[in-house]
Amino acid sequence: MARFHKVLVANRGEIARRIFRACRQLGLKTVALYADPDREAPFVREADEAVALGAPVTGQGFLAIESIIAAAHRTGADAIHPGYGFLAENADFAQACREAGIVFVGPPPAAIRAMGTKIEAKQIAVQVGVPVIPGFPTAGLSEEAILQKAREIGFPVLVKASAGGGGKGMRRVERPEELSAALAAAAREAQSAFGDPTLLVERYIEKPRHIEIQVLADEHGNVVHVFERECSIQRRYQKIFEEAPSPFVDDLLRERMGAAAVALAKAIGYVNAGTVEFVVDPRGAFYFLEMNTRLQVEHPVTEEVTGLDLVRLQLEIAQGAPLPFAQEDLVLRGHAIEARLYAEDPWHDFLPSTGTITCWEPPAIPGVRYESGIETGSAVTIYYDPMLAKIIARGSTRAEAIRRLTRALEELRVHGVACNREFLLRVLQHEQFQTGDFDTHFLSHHPELLLPPDHTPIATIHALAAALWDQARRRHEARVLASIPSGWRNNPSQRQWVEYRCEDHVCRVEYRVLKGGQFEASVNGESHHGRILSADEGGIALEIDGIRRRYVLQAAGATRYVDSVLGHSALEELPRFPTPEFEAVRGGCTAPMPGRIVSVRVEPGQSVDRGEVLVILEAMKMEHEVVAPHAGCVREVLVEPGQQVEAGTVLVVVEPAEAEVVATK
Amino acid sequence: MPVLPTRVDPKSETFRANYAAMLEQVRYLQEQLALARAGGGQKYVERHRQRGKLLPRERIELLLDPDAPFLELSPLAAWGTEYTVGAGVVTGLGVVKGVECVIVANDPTVKGGAINPYGLEKSLRALEISAKNRLPLIHLTESAGADLPVQSKIFVPGGKTFREITRRSAERVPTICLVFGSSTAGGAYVPGMSDYVVMVKGQAKVFLGGPPLVKMATNEDADEESLGGAEMHSRVSGVSDYLAENEFDAIRIAREIVGHLNWRKLGQARMRPVEEPRYDPDELLGIPSADLRKPFEVREVIARIVDGSYFEEFKANYGTTLVTGWAHLHGYPLGIVANNGILFSDSSQKAAQFIQLCNKIDVPILFLQNITGYMVGVQYEQGGIIKDGAKMINAVANSTVPMFTVMIGSSYGAGNYGMCGRAYDPRFLFTWPNHRIAVMGPEQLAGVMSIVRRQAAERAGQVFDEEQDRMIRQMVVQQIEQESNAFYATARLWDDGIIDPRETRTVLGIVISAAFNNVVKGTDSFGVFRM
Repeated sequence: MARFHKVLVANRGEIARRIFRACRQLGLKTVALYADPDREAPFVREADEAVALGAPVTGQGFLAIESIIAAAHRTGADAIHPGYGFLAENADFAQACREAGIVFVGPPPAAIRAMGTKIEAKQIAVQVGVPVIPGFPTAGLSEEAILQKAREIGFPVLVKASAGGGGKGMRRVERPEELSAALAAAAREAQSAFGDPTLLVERYIEKPRHIEIQVLADEHGNVVHVFERECSIQRRYQKIFEEAPSPFVDDLLRERMGAAAVALAKAIGYVNAGTVEFVVDPRGAFYFLEMNTRLQVEHPVTEEVTGLDLVRLQLEIAQGAPLPFAQEDLVLRGHAIEARLYAEDPWHDFLPSTGTITCWEPPAIPGVRYESGIETGSAVTIYYDPMLAKIIARGSTRAEAIRRLTRALEELRVHGVACNREFLLRVLQHEQFQTGDFDTHFLSHHPELLLPPDHTPIATIHALAAALWDQARRRHEARVLASIPSGWRNNPSQRQWVEYRCEDHVCRVEYRVLKGGQFEASVNGESHHGRILSADEGGIALEIDGIRRRYVLQAAGATRYVDSVLGHSALEELPRFPTPEFEAVRGGCTAPMPGRIVSVRVEPGQSVDRGEVLVILEAMKMEHEVVAPHAGCVREVLVEPGQQVEAGTVLVVVEPAEAEVVATK
Repeated sequence: MPVLPTRVDPKSETFRANYAAMLEQVRYLQEQLALARAGGGQKYVERHRQRGKLLPRERIELLLDPDAPFLELSPLAAWGTEYTVGAGVVTGLGVVKGVECVIVANDPTVKGGAINPYGLEKSLRALEISAKNRLPLIHLTESAGADLPVQSKIFVPGGKTFREITRRSAERVPTICLVFGSSTAGGAYVPGMSDYVVMVKGQAKVFLGGPPLVKMATNEDADEESLGGAEMHSRVSGVSDYLAENEFDAIRIAREIVGHLNWRKLGQARMRPVEEPRYDPDELLGIPSADLRKPFEVREVIARIVDGSYFEEFKANYGTTLVTGWAHLHGYPLGIVANNGILFSDSSQKAAQFIQLCNKIDVPILFLQNITGYMVGVQYEQGGIIKDGAKMINAVANSTVPMFTVMIGSSYGAGNYGMCGRAYDPRFLFTWPNHRIAVMGPEQLAGVMSIVRRQAAERAGQVFDEEQDRMIRQMVVQQIEQESNAFYATARLWDDGIIDPRETRTVLGIVISAAFNNVVKGTDSFGVFRM
């Protein structure tokens, strides 16, 4: 007898879609929750029902336990899957579900609580013999005792604030004689940063790798591990690449780490899917960090190398089913790598980018899987994490997985927002990544990966392709003389031209289309020649300087998105006619006709909005308002009430506001 | 429709010789066009640029829709005369906001854009094209006015300019005038009569009398800006409708004006999908005989001009020195009348009948002219060649469908008339660079004059000086050769330009489409006479 038939997903985006997919396979009905920015999102459409959460408000929406439970009741959902993030590791939520008679697809509240705080989790780990990073609090210890204990741990050690994080009050100490000074300095920093001088001393892990073990546990006492994932490529604790298996882990280490994770899960009565995170040093020593009592973002890499469907297993476990396999049934096959594609600008400190995705076209490549919550037309807003997609490539070897992932990233068409694609490609192509010789400091050791690339050579060719595509489109759509050769002249005086801006670089393209699609062109003075092979709505095939390629094109307003084997460009067509300043045309603040000034409403120095009344003029027995032609500051008032003025007399001078100047240029 | 066969052999001796000769002439044409583009020469072009101004062709290029074609008309007007090649004005057919327009642009690098007699004729021809084909006209004005030393040749006929602008306005064909510089005295009536006027701030000068004349006339001290600046005319006099910040802005405004004209083409036709000819138009260089006395097969020309080389011939077996039939060109239906030898009575009758048929079905007619004239001689005069030639000329003269003429070889004698020469008002007339035009061939003309002199001498009982006659004949041949040359002809506006034979199809495609802006309707006077 099934415990539930309808699952509400208290999450959004790609993970909601992922869970709905598993539900459909199991014949379960689905309910989505959505806030206003997601009204048109695919995950909302893909659910059988969807409940609106209204405007996205901090602390509300996907975090509001009561209203989520109410939504489940209103739709008759008898199970809730929390996905990851939001309430996924909130024991109170799991408890509230239980009390409301709703199945929480995840571990029992007690297990969540047990792993909820780092200190408690570590104590449990120590109890069951899972190694943790050796260390001790310094409170109440003499300097001598501290030194003694530090020697036991072994130098180098790390001194850090108990209260803190973010590296404040953190010191790496190489030799025993440096410890005393380091303790004093760290305590001062801790005091000033957190108001608490207490410190911890820990073993300093050289070249740490982040490796985690996926576990699965059912209600019948069966616990297995589903091997490891390595997530060492991180930026500010944010994982960028995840893979399975780890290039570092051998069978023996895998077995030892797996056994440790299983022991921990058993110790806390864990049920459902969870992940035990470890830090591993170059000698293969591993230390427990924490346990994530939920489905991980990077779960697909495990699925790809084991053939399991972890979400489906989560649902089956939640239905009370026993695990359909034993540890020895699980086999690791091939290699899988996941890259997280974000709407952010890697060259400007990963600034999140918002906007409308004007094109989302992931290429079909063997072994590549996409988990994404977006589609063409989706909006990337400030309200949620800017992850666009997870791209997972599987291969029989790690090298094959890297090649496939590279290809997928290269061919992916994503337009409308900045994204970290090129940065991801740089990491994939890095020798140390390819050899597997990296640790969690990879990015800080390779700052060159974050230097903005020079896109000029690609933009040059792409601008030419865009110009010729625009040309073909205009000819195709011409209302008259469409069949006459493009740009035909019997007395040619100059070439056709267009200018595009690519980042802060302008490309002026001049071209002439000749017989048989031949063309001669120049981009910023550099000559090119070739032939238009074919042009259609989606792009243009060109031979440029003897090399034949297809350029995929999309127009969105003045922007041309060009994708080719060379790379990707967003080019903005510059207006043919520089927009003039309308100042003079709008008449400034002059008298529209001869008349008498009735009143002056402004004084010098005053700032005015566009359309604000400056002066009232009486003429032909009517009162006329003279208004500000633009927002700005009143520089001069040249008339006074009662004064008679001629038509065209300047009455008031308004200096345009900064923004206004930019807008009209 | 049947496809025309070809017998052209590009490897043959004749073809290669013809090709080489024509290519040479095309190269010469291109050199002359470069002279036209040079305008008033480097010095004046530089001075103009230094003032931050655009050249006339740059203004036109900005005005046109990107990638749309532009057909410059009579680019070699005034060629070989005392005036600059091009006559100080650029005219042409172009597409602005999807509307086919006639564009007239003064070239201020040529004597400040002053109007000379050739330039006047060229402008008036542009106005005529605008009127006949119902095409909006865009005037890019910057002219010093009449070229005063030759005012006597301009003043009286020049008045037509203003009359034509307003007559066309009455017929709902608008003129848009952009004033980039001076447009004074009589010239002030160009903006004055136009439907829309745009003036460029700080550049336009539009007044009847400048400061010196005003001083002389009324003793008033006035500056140019208050007499005729763009701001004054836009704010005070209302002569200008739009005040443009700069030249770019003026052109942008002009494009917007055309955009709001709600322009609809009135001509209707059953169009066909456009198909390129089956044979390479490049071969048009090798088909016409280098020596025009040698006939060439005109169907080979048709086959390289019309859609798919399809040609439905009419009366193929009758009056065979003239080819008539139907085809499509860039999708438009077209009747073709093409010389394939001398005009006899039967071929003239065939032409008359065919022209009437085209009128009954509202199909435009293309004349491919390569004619030495109507046949002469006792037999032919007695056979009524005059009557039959008259039928043909009558049919052409009263035809009301658009007619287009391309001179692809000789154009001698009354054949010029019957085959819709300039005097018969074809909508457009173009020539190939090999073409010759005169009342008759130079040798014939010199020979006729010699016979007349010999007879006069005999009547007067004088001794005929054979040596002198030989010299005179030679001189006459030389003079007529020169005066019947394609460049001499185009300089005098006897046509709308010399074209590269390979581009005949494109040029015709542009002008046929232009003609369909007006109603295309044949005459209804009589039923078709079977000749």
